[in-house]
Amino acid sequence: MEIYLDNSATTRCYPEVGDLVYKVMCRDYGNPSSMHRKGLEAEHYVKESKETLAKILKVNAKEIFFTSGGTESDNLALMGSARANRRAGNHLITSAIEHPAILNTMRHLEEEGFRITYLPVDGAGRIKLDALKEALCEDTILVSVMYVNNEVGSVQPIEEAAKIVKEYNPGILFHSDAVQGFGKYRIYPKRLGVDLLSVSGHKIHGPKGVGFLYINEKVKIVPIVYGGEQQKNIRSGTENVPGIAGIGLAAKMIYRDLDVKVALMRELKEQFLQGVAQIENTTIHGLTGAESAPHIISVGFAGIRSEVLLHALEERGIYVSSGSACSSNHPAVSGVLKGIGASREYLDATLRFSMSEFTTKEEIDETLEALYQCVPMLRRYTRR
Amino acid sequence: MEFHSFLIKYGEIGIKGKNRYLFEDALMHQIRFALQEVEGSFRVHKSHGRVYVDCEGSYDYEEATGALSRVFGIVGICPVVRLESKGPEPLKQDVVAYMEERYPDKKKTFKVESRRSDKRYPLTSMELNCVLGEVILEAFPEMKVDVHHPDILLHVEVREEIYLYSEIIPGPGGMPVGTNGSAMLLLSGGIDSPVAGYMIAKRGVALEAVYFHAPPYTSERAKEKVVDLAGLVGRYAGPIRLYVVNFTEIQLSIYENCPHEELTIIMRRYMMKIAEYFAKKDGCLGLITGESIGQVASQTMQSLAATNAVCTLPVYRPLIGFDKRDIVKISEKIQTYETSIQPFEDCCTIFVAKHPVTKPDLERIEKSEMKLVGKIEELVQTALESVEIIQIRS
Repeated sequence: MEIYLDNSATTRCYPEVGDLVYKVMCRDYGNPSSMHRKGLEAEHYVKESKETLAKILKVNAKEIFFTSGGTESDNLALMGSARANRRAGNHLITSAIEHPAILNTMRHLEEEGFRITYLPVDGAGRIKLDALKEALCEDTILVSVMYVNNEVGSVQPIEEAAKIVKEYNPGILFHSDAVQGFGKYRIYPKRLGVDLLSVSGHKIHGPKGVGFLYINEKVKIVPIVYGGEQQKNIRSGTENVPGIAGIGLAAKMIYRDLDVKVALMRELKEQFLQGVAQIENTTIHGLTGAESAPHIISVGFAGIRSEVLLHALEERGIYVSSGSACSSNHPAVSGVLKGIGASREYLDATLRFSMSEFTTKEEIDETLEALYQCVPMLRRYTRR
Repeated sequence: MEFHSFLIKYGEIGIKGKNRYLFEDALMHQIRFALQEVEGSFRVHKSHGRVYVDCEGSYDYEEATGALSRVFGIVGICPVVRLESKGPEPLKQDVVAYMEERYPDKKKTFKVESRRSDKRYPLTSMELNCVLGEVILEAFPEMKVDVHHPDILLHVEVREEIYLYSEIIPGPGGMPVGTNGSAMLLLSGGIDSPVAGYMIAKRGVALEAVYFHAPPYTSERAKEKVVDLAGLVGRYAGPIRLYVVNFTEIQLSIYENCPHEELTIIMRRYMMKIAEYFAKKDGCLGLITGESIGQVASQTMQSLAATNAVCTLPVYRPLIGFDKRDIVKISEKIQTYETSIQPFEDCCTIFVAKHPVTKPDLERIEKSEMKLVGKIEELVQTALESVEIIQIRS
């Protein structure tokens, strides 16, 4: 038995996507740049995927650029646009609870001479819009705010934030890392005022090693890798055709009956929250209702080191995360939990449960049952 | 001119009298084992009282010398150019060509040292020395002869073939693994224990190892790390049988029943007992730990005495007088350091008291352990029975 509740780390690939990727790898393996038919065939996959994604975002197909994943999309968005617009100013704004792909890129840009403002968040994990207003200045060229936080599932007020930015100066670019939001929300960048949007394949039941960046056609951007000038010289390198075909199909599938799937996830989330409330000395980080992401639940269990509870659940075939999987290799205390002002006792005692459309009520029941057993048992043995 | 063979120099094992062949056979066995991973095919053999590795066809020189320099018992590795036996005239040309290629910088002193096991060869060893020395001097006027401290000592050995060699790559020394029985290493995942295993293996001792695993308090990755470390030690020590003991229940029982400041000592006493059980079962002649006096609370003289008291087998502690930085140096040399410092909890770091005893009194410890009687025996039995055995590098 396996209960996988770590879907914010990665997801199981749709079998149809796996089949398609295999087919493109082994049968339609051409290089889209080749002049012969094999190349053209490969190019069709790229084109089709682009069109699918563009349709979902209601943008133009030529505004989709494929990358190796969320991290590269974020790097390209930030470094590419900051460097290209340096003449207009050197100030960038982001939030304190972004993914390391944003925070560490910002730190690098700081070394290149850019000035960065990190916006604080409220107790629910949402950026403070007042702080955004205050931070904007003549030198600001780019604002980057994530769509859904990966650790606590808070949904950012993107539309309001983008509006504030554009009212202040329409020339300022707005980027959003939508790695956790895409596939859970209908996101229309042009209506939101978002100029750049990052998405990753493996979070939406697609392959790893592929993602894309939506780049509004008006955005000035320079590449961060150099080579054969593929994808209009924005992202050189032979296209990852199997991955690209895969992410297109995965996106199409995840948006099919999206409302039904999300409603189900919300039901399960509610069930889980009620169940967890039965356990003493626990807390839920961030918001819980319709204002929070449907698939992420961050729970603090006072007195238990998160890693120990994680392994105890693992022994029962239940897979979850402590903090964010991307950063849990170095057990530094989560910056996000600190950012939302979580109390000390929970900083090293929080697990993230993240669901997908495959999660069932039975699995939630079983997970709760396991928690009812493990939590009291582990609390008997704490470091004294 | 590429090298076709390696002449293996060994020190200590040469002086073992009638046991010499046992040591040589063990050495050859270890050499064969080490070369398994190397690209190429090799023949390891003894001839004229020496061990040679003949390279058959093309092979990776760097890999081969790397592997050989990890075989205990080897003092030096001489890369040899093997030539068909030929008369003095063509031999002269080959010797000049060898010197030309090996020593681009000619401002060197040299000496020719010939040996002749093929007594039918037209020149004696002395004559060969002179003739070849002369031809080198003629070819490279910058070179000079120095019979006492030459920069280059060129060996020319005449047998069925002619062997030329002049370089020695240092080996690790020690004795071939398998010549001194076997011992059980308590492997924790830290920096010290792999080094301790390495040092004992260097004296010819084959290793087995035991690791105490405490799920869910320690992760699969912590276990994986220990498996990796055993593999790295195995590059020197050869195959290792690794016992993975589930220690959680024993640890929890100690935690619930004994005073907290004594937890670590009592826990270590149980680890020693369990390690000894497997050691005796497999005929090991001792236990090995990475302890060093005073490094932590459980390694004071009093603590060592308290843990030592549960064992009847000798406990070897090769690092006992080492400072941490000396241990780190060796772990870097044998490339276990990077793996050792990966940050996973091991079972020693989880249930430590804030102020553990540093001078445990054996009587008191034994009294505390009385509280476990009637509970822990079954837990130990279960741990022994549920042990997982992993064969490393077999």
